[in-house]
Amino acid sequence: MTDATASGAAPERRHTSLMTADKGTRRRNAAEARFRAYGLAAIAVGLAALVILLVSILSQGLSSFRQAYVTLDVPLTAETLDPGGNRDPADIASVSTFGYSSIIRDAVLNTFRNAGIEIEGLSEDEARGIISPEASAQIRDRVLADPELIGQTVEIEVLANSWIDGYFKGRVTDRTAELNSNVSPAQIQLAQAMQDAGILNVHFNWAFITAPDASDNRPEAAGLGVAIIGSLYMMLIVLCLALPIGVAASIYLEEFAPQNWFTDVIEVNISNLAAVPSIVYGILGLAIFINFAGLPQSAPIVGGLVLTLMTLPTIIIATRASLKAVPPSIRDAALGIGASKMQSVFHHVLPLAMPGILTGTIIGLAQALGETAPLLLIGMVAFVRDYPAAPPDGFFDPASALPVQVYNWTQRADPAFVERASGAIIVLLVFLLIMNTLAIVLRRRFERRW
Amino acid sequence: MNDMRPLERIVDTDNVKIAAKNVQVYYGDTHAIKDVDVDILANTVTAFIGPSGCGKSTFLRCINRMNDTIDIARIEGNILLDGEDIYDKRVDPVQLRARVGMVFQKPNPFPKSIYDNVAYGPKIHGLARNKAELDEIVEKALRRGAIWDEVKDRLHASGTGLSGGQQQRLCIARAVATEPEVLLMDEPCSALDPIATAQVEELIDELKETYSVVIVTHSMQQAARVSQKTAFFHLGNLVEYGDTGDIFNTPQDQRTESYITGRIG
Amino acid sequence: MPVFWILAIVLVLGAAGYVLGRARALSSAGDDYRSLHSLPSYYGWNAFILTVVPALLVLAAWMLIAPIVIDGMVSGLVDEGMQEGSNLSLLMSDVRRLAAGLDSAVSSGALSASEASGLVADNALAGRLMGLGISLGSSVTETTLAAAQRYRGLAAASQVWMAVVVIALAAGGLLLGLRRINPSFRARNAVETGLLALLILASSIAILTTLGIVLSMLFETINFFRQYPASEFFFSTTWSPDFRGNSELGILPLLWGTLYISLIALLVAVPVGLFAAIYLSEYAGPKMRAVAKPLIEVLAGIPTIVYGLFALITVGPALRDYFAQPLGLGNSSSSVMTAGLVMGIMLIPFVSSLSDDIINAVPQSMRDGSLGLGATPSETIRSVIIPAALPGIVGAVLLAASRAIGETMIVVLGAGAAAARLNEGLTEAINPFEAMTTVTVKIVSQLTGDTDFASPETLVAFALGLTLFVITLALNVLALYIVRKYREQYE
Repeated sequence: MTDATASGAAPERRHTSLMTADKGTRRRNAAEARFRAYGLAAIAVGLAALVILLVSILSQGLSSFRQAYVTLDVPLTAETLDPGGNRDPADIASVSTFGYSSIIRDAVLNTFRNAGIEIEGLSEDEARGIISPEASAQIRDRVLADPELIGQTVEIEVLANSWIDGYFKGRVTDRTAELNSNVSPAQIQLAQAMQDAGILNVHFNWAFITAPDASDNRPEAAGLGVAIIGSLYMMLIVLCLALPIGVAASIYLEEFAPQNWFTDVIEVNISNLAAVPSIVYGILGLAIFINFAGLPQSAPIVGGLVLTLMTLPTIIIATRASLKAVPPSIRDAALGIGASKMQSVFHHVLPLAMPGILTGTIIGLAQALGETAPLLLIGMVAFVRDYPAAPPDGFFDPASALPVQVYNWTQRADPAFVERASGAIIVLLVFLLIMNTLAIVLRRRFERRW
Repeated sequence: MNDMRPLERIVDTDNVKIAAKNVQVYYGDTHAIKDVDVDILANTVTAFIGPSGCGKSTFLRCINRMNDTIDIARIEGNILLDGEDIYDKRVDPVQLRARVGMVFQKPNPFPKSIYDNVAYGPKIHGLARNKAELDEIVEKALRRGAIWDEVKDRLHASGTGLSGGQQQRLCIARAVATEPEVLLMDEPCSALDPIATAQVEELIDELKETYSVVIVTHSMQQAARVSQKTAFFHLGNLVEYGDTGDIFNTPQDQRTESYITGRIG
Repeated sequence: MPVFWILAIVLVLGAAGYVLGRARALSSAGDDYRSLHSLPSYYGWNAFILTVVPALLVLAAWMLIAPIVIDGMVSGLVDEGMQEGSNLSLLMSDVRRLAAGLDSAVSSGALSASEASGLVADNALAGRLMGLGISLGSSVTETTLAAAQRYRGLAAASQVWMAVVVIALAAGGLLLGLRRINPSFRARNAVETGLLALLILASSIAILTTLGIVLSMLFETINFFRQYPASEFFFSTTWSPDFRGNSELGILPLLWGTLYISLIALLVAVPVGLFAAIYLSEYAGPKMRAVAKPLIEVLAGIPTIVYGLFALITVGPALRDYFAQPLGLGNSSSSVMTAGLVMGIMLIPFVSSLSDDIINAVPQSMRDGSLGLGATPSETIRSVIIPAALPGIVGAVLLAASRAIGETMIVVLGAGAAAARLNEGLTEAINPFEAMTTVTVKIVSQLTGDTDFASPETLVAFALGLTLFVITLALNVLALYIVRKYREQYE
C-alpha cells in the first residue's frame, strides 16, 4: 500500500453550494433534458404513426359499409321474361341478364314518372346510367327466386352506379364530374333529385360483407363473401394442422428430446424458420404443393398448408415457453406416484400449459390471417365469383382471402375500389382485434403464478 | 478472529460532515427507516452494523440519494451535507453524488477498459482539461485504490477481466477519481476473499485521511478494525451510535449487546 | 376409390381395433382389469395405432411417389415420339392436362368411358376437346393422345392398387394388434413408444420445411442457370425481362432497390425504436409504460398489407405532393421513400421490443455504479448501458434488416415496379423519390398470373428467391448468434 501514501496530499476541494447548480451541471442537465425529449419524441412518433395509419384507413374505408340504392318500380313483363308463357323455371333461367336491359330502361322511366322527376336534358341512356350494371342480375335473381312475380310491377331495390354512390360519399363532386367521362353533372343533379324524392337511399351495405367479388366496372357490387370464406377455410386448416403438430413437436423438444445433434438441428431450424421471409414460403407452396403434389391453384387447402408451415414456429415457440413455465415439481409429483413420463406430460403438464398454448396459437392464427405475400404466389389473386362448397370439398375449390382481396382491389383502376380495399382492411382488422382480445382475455383469465 | 479490541483513535467531534435529522424512509407501505438522527464526522470511518434487513443499507443510499432511482421509495426528514439539505428541491442529485461517492456490495466495473472505468467520473464531471491531466487523475486514483501496481501494464484491458478483489479496488479507485468528500461503502468486502478483504480494509484506513468514509458491514470484526464511530441499526431504528470502542466494550442498549455477543442477527 | 373413402375405411378399421382390443384385453383378464399390465384402453389404442399408422404412412408415400413413377413411365413414351423443337416438360404438362380433362369429362358424363378411350387424334379432336373445356398448349398429336391414354390407365391402376394395399395393411395391422393382446403384454409401453415416434415425426417437420424450401428453389434455380448464364444474373446491371426472349435479368438493380429501401426503413426504425425502448425502460413511470408499450406493439400486430395500403393511399401521395414535386425530384407516388418510411414504421415495435429486452438484461449494478459516481441518467445510458448492450442491439438491428429485406407487400404497393436504373448516372440511382423495385416485388410479379415454368423469365424468380433466402438466413444466423452470446454474458 505504498502507492496510496505516495499521493497523500489532500485533493483540492470545490466548496460550491449544493443549492446552486454550477455551469457544468447546468450544461449536463440540459443534455439530460434533450435526451429525455428524444425519447419522448420517439414514443410520440410511434404513437402518431399508429394514429395516422388507423385514421387514414378508417376515413377511407368506413364509407364502404354504406351504399346508395335506388328503389325501382320494375314492370316484370311476361313477354320478355317468359317468352314461352309456361312459367317453367328452366325457360325463365334461359333469359340472360342481357334480356333484362329493356326491363331496366322501362323501370327507370316508370319510376321517374311515378316520382314526378323530370329528366329533361338527359338521354334515356344517361338516366339509366345512374343504375348499376349489376341491377339486371339483381332483378333476375329476384325473378328466379319467385317466378310468380312475372307479369306484375314490383318494387325492387337495386344498386346505384359507383360514381353516383361516390357523389353521396363525397368522392365525386360537380367539378370532378365535369372532367369525368363516366358521370355527368346532370346525372348528379338527377341523383340528388331522386334522393329528395325518396327513391334513392344510402344505407348499410350487407352485400359488402356477403357478396362475392365483382368485375372491374362495377365496384358497387363487389363484396368480401368469397374472401371471408376462403380465409375462414384456411384458418380452419391451419388450426387443425398447426396446433396438434406444433404441440407435439414442442412436447418432444421440451420434455423428451435428448441433448444431441438431431435436437440441435431441429432447434436451429425452428428459430430460423421463424425469420424466413413469408414470400419464400409462397415459393415453397408453389413448387411443392402445386407443381409437385399437383394440388389445385387458388385453393384454400394450399393456402392453409403454406400458412401452417409459416405458423408452426410461432406456435412451437409459444408452446415451449408455456411448457417451460410449468414447474418441475408437478412432473416430479406425477412421476413420484408411478405415472409414466408420457402420462405425467399428457395428464398434468399439458393441461396446465394449455392457456399459454392457446394464446400462442391465436396469435399465430392472427398472423396467418393477415399474411398476403405467399398467397399471391399460389394463385389466390384469381378472380373468383363462386362461393366454395362446404368442407372438405370446398378446401379444393378456388377461393380468395381477405388480405389478397385487398391487394386485388388496389390493382384496379376505378377509385371506388380504393374505398372497398380500405373497407376490407377494416373487416380484417376487426377480425384481428377479436382474435387478439380473445388471446388477452385467455391470458388474463388463466394466468397462473407459481 | 477474536480480536474485538477497538483501536484507540482520537476523534475530532467538532467537524460534522453529514447531519441526519428525523429521517424516515418508506418503501410503498413499509416503514423501512424510523426516525434516524446521526452526525457523521469528516475524516472518520463510520460503520453501520446490524442484522440483515435492519435498514443500514437503505439509510446509506439515502445519503447520496440513490433511493431516488427506486420508484416506490419515499424519504422524509433532513440530511444536511455541510449544513445544506440534500433533499432540498434545488439540489441536483447529480451534483450531490459527485461529492458523495459510493462503492457497492458487488464489484460492478463497467464493461470497458480499466482506464475508461476510472476516467469515466472525471470525464462526466469535467475535471480534466486535457488528456495528460486525465492520465494523471487516473493514475492518482488507481494508486489511491492500491491497485496501480497490478494494472499499470494493462490499463486498456477490460475491467471485467480482473479478479473479484481487484475489481472492487478498481471500483474504489473509480469512486475516488471524482474527488468526493464522502465515500459510502455498502458491504464492500462481502464478495471478497480474506486476502482481498484485508487489502480493502487497509485501503479504507488510508482513505480516511482525505475523506469521510461510511461503511455498511455485516462483520463486527471489520467494523471494530476499521471504524472510529459505529452505529447499530435494528428493525429500521438507530439503536445506538457512538465511538466504536464504547459500542463494542460498553454498549448502552440491551439489543446492541445481544447483537455484539451474537444472540441476534 | 377416392382418397377420402380410403381414409374413412382405415379410420373405421382403427376404431374397430380400439373397441375390439379393449374388449379382448378385458375378457382375457377375466373382466378384472387389475390383472392387466396396462389400463384396458391402452390395449385399444395399441390396436388402433397398428391399424391406422402403417396404412396412412403407405397411403401418403404412395400418393407422393406414384405420380413421379407414372410420369417417368409416360415421359419415356413421349420422348420417343417427340418432334424436333418441342419441349419435353411442356409436352408432359399437355399430357397431364389432357388426361385430367378426359377423366373429368368421363366423370361429368360428357363422354362415356369407352368414347374417352377410343378417341383418335384427328383434326376434329382439338375442337371436340375445346368443347369439353380442355385447352392445350399445342395441338394434339398421336403421341400426346397415346401418352395421355397410357397415363390414364396407369393412374387408374395405381388408384386401385393403392386402395387394395392400404386397406389390406390396415386390416393386417388390426389382426396383429388383436392377436398380441394378453394380460402380460405391455400395451402402455408400446403405445407410448408409438406416441413418442409421432412426437419426433412432428418435430422433424421443421427440418422437412427447411429442406423443402431449399430443394424447391435449388432445382428450379439450376434449371434457370442452364438457360441463363449465372454471371449475367449476378453481375448484370440491367433488369428488363421480356417474355418474347432477349431478357436481361441482372439482379443488381433489384438488390440495390432492396438495400436502399431497407436502409431508409432502418434509418427510421432504429433511432425511433431504440429511443422509445430507452425511454420506456429507463425513464417512463409504470403508468406510461402500461399504456405506451402495448400501443406501440399494436403496430407489430398490423398485417403488412395494411401498411402497403397505407403507403399506397396516404404516404405515397403525401410525399409526392409535399416533397417530391416541390423539390423537383419526381412525380411518382410510389418511391423508395414511401416504402422505406412505411416499412420503418412497421419495424419500430420490432426494434423497440427487442432492444427493450436487451436493455433490461444489463444488470442494475451497472446503472447504480454509474449513477453513484454522479452521472446523469442519460450519461449512464450513453456511456454504460448502450455500450454494454451494444452486441444485443446490433443483433436486433440485423434481425430488423432481415425483416426489411424480406418484406413484400409494402414494397409491392409502395415502391413501384420499375427496376433501378444503375446505368444512367448516380443521381438516378440514389434519388429517394424515384420508384424502385425490389427482389421480393419481382418474385411476385414473375410468379403471378399465367406462368410458364420453362422460360427463364419465370424461373428467375426461383433464383431471386434463393438469393433472398440465403441473404436473410445469413443475417438471421449471425444475429441469433450475437444475441445468444450477449445473453450468456449476463446469465
